Amino acid sequence: MNLTLHVWRQAGPRAPGKMVVYKAGDISPDMSFLEMLDVVNEGLTLRGEVPIAFDHDCREGICGMCSLMINGIAHGPMKGTATCQLHMRSFKDGDTIYIEPWRAGAFPVIKDLAVDRSALDRIIQAGGFITAATGGAQDANAVLVPKESVDGAMDAAACIGCGACVAACPNASASLFTAAKITHLGLLPQGQPERYRRALEMVDQMDLENFGSCTLHGECQEACPKEISIDTITRMNRDFIRGRLIGTRP
Amino acid sequence: MGRLRIFYASMVGKKVVMGVTGLIGVGFVIMHSLGNLLVFRGPAAINSYSHFLKSTGELLWGLRILLIVAVMFHVIAAVQLTLQSRAARPLAYTKQEHQAATVASRTMRWGGALLLVFIALHVLHFTTGTIRPAGVFSPDDVYANVVTSFRIWWVALFYVAVMVALGLHLFHGAWSSVRSVGVSPPSPQPLHHRISFAIALLVWAAFTAVPIAVAAGIVR
Ligand code: HEM
Ligand code: FES
Repeated sequence: MNLTLHVWRQAGPRAPGKMVVYKAGDISPDMSFLEMLDVVNEGLTLRGEVPIAFDHDCREGICGMCSLMINGIAHGPMKGTATCQLHMRSFKDGDTIYIEPWRAGAFPVIKDLAVDRSALDRIIQAGGFITAATGGAQDANAVLVPKESVDGAMDAAACIGCGACVAACPNASASLFTAAKITHLGLLPQGQPERYRRALEMVDQMDLENFGSCTLHGECQEACPKEISIDTITRMNRDFIRGRLIGTRP
Repeated sequence: MGRLRIFYASMVGKKVVMGVTGLIGVGFVIMHSLGNLLVFRGPAAINSYSHFLKSTGELLWGLRILLIVAVMFHVIAAVQLTLQSRAARPLAYTKQEHQAATVASRTMRWGGALLLVFIALHVLHFTTGTIRPAGVFSPDDVYANVVTSFRIWWVALFYVAVMVALGLHLFHGAWSSVRSVGVSPPSPQPLHHRISFAIALLVWAAFTAVPIAVAAGIVR
């Protein structure tokens, strides 16, 4: 396949950036999207140019490190997958592909397509934990948890923290990420003691990081590689209201 | 008071306030649109309904104050949240393809601004009689006010156009508000808008029927 790429190039956090056009030739449809970029980078290196910086790690959809806004869609056109799971067979020979970094004030560009997502880490630090001393591994059924709670918590816990929700949101809101973490812990018995405190502290941190607010466009749910439901946002708001107006004691 | 102030300081708190005040608005427009249909039962029906509302005195004023306060909070929170959201993405994408956002969800802000202008003009038109497109106004004859106004084509057209904006605002708002205030139950298809579609359609059709019927000469 032969492709035309429009790629965001930015030398550093404070440097001005711009879209640069590259030709990608001899691309196999069986390559992953990131392998395609690897091939482009080999060519750039051979020509003595600076390769395109982009984030990645596991390349199997579990670490949350890869990003990329591909033709205006976070993680590209395949639903329920991360960029590393996207293959070139999703494109046609001769296609033009726009590749941009996640854009949000809270996600400053480090270089080219790599952005700093530590704002999400700080939201986790604010309340994404439990305080119960867990000790050694317990017998699996020592604490009985209703099936609906387990299912809901597992669905929310699938969040890999990639930030696609923020990238796709027209408001650059981190509501889906924050809500997924609040729901994941808040549904389980181990997460009950600080359930409402957690909701308040994580929401406060989200506010401090200068993300936008939620208009419920639903873009986050569509972009999420783990297809986390916006129902978690309803739950976050409910726990926030309870915690602020009634109190944080469970 | 302190608690409420801290509540409102958060973006989530502001959004909850938008939801609650929006729901007050939804309740109001449903009742109002149904009330308007009395025009089709003739002058006596709608005029006596109007007299009845005015005869409730304090109750009517209580409701009016509730609505005014709700609109104020709704608009202030909308402006604040919009500014925060704009600031959250200083550099726009060269290319962005929406996957789930609807025409309705994407026009909440401009559509809302249009509704605000409309609400002001509408009160000056039919409640206080300050604006008289037909040159006449009688506080006791609502029916005559409606019919003389909507015989003027551009008045009817303006109302019909704004009701499209209201329908869109309700399609998204009636769905999103119950989520914002945290009361909608989990759903396997959270993006389905069935109930809000029904509400928006009902309100839009009922409000639009009156100017159309007058302009078409069905109601005279
Ligand atoms: C007939 C009057 C109105 C009704 C019934 C109404 C109803 C609603 C409802 C139910 C919502 C959803 C709230 C939520 O998702 O929590 C909403 C959102 C919104 N309304 Fe209104 N509204 C009205 C007038 C206005 C006006 C006058 C403005 C003027 C600026 C406005 C601006 C907005 C905006 C910007 C949103 C979206 C906020 C966001 O999620 O970011 N609305 N409205
Ligand atoms: S590289 Fe790990 S999820 Fe994509």
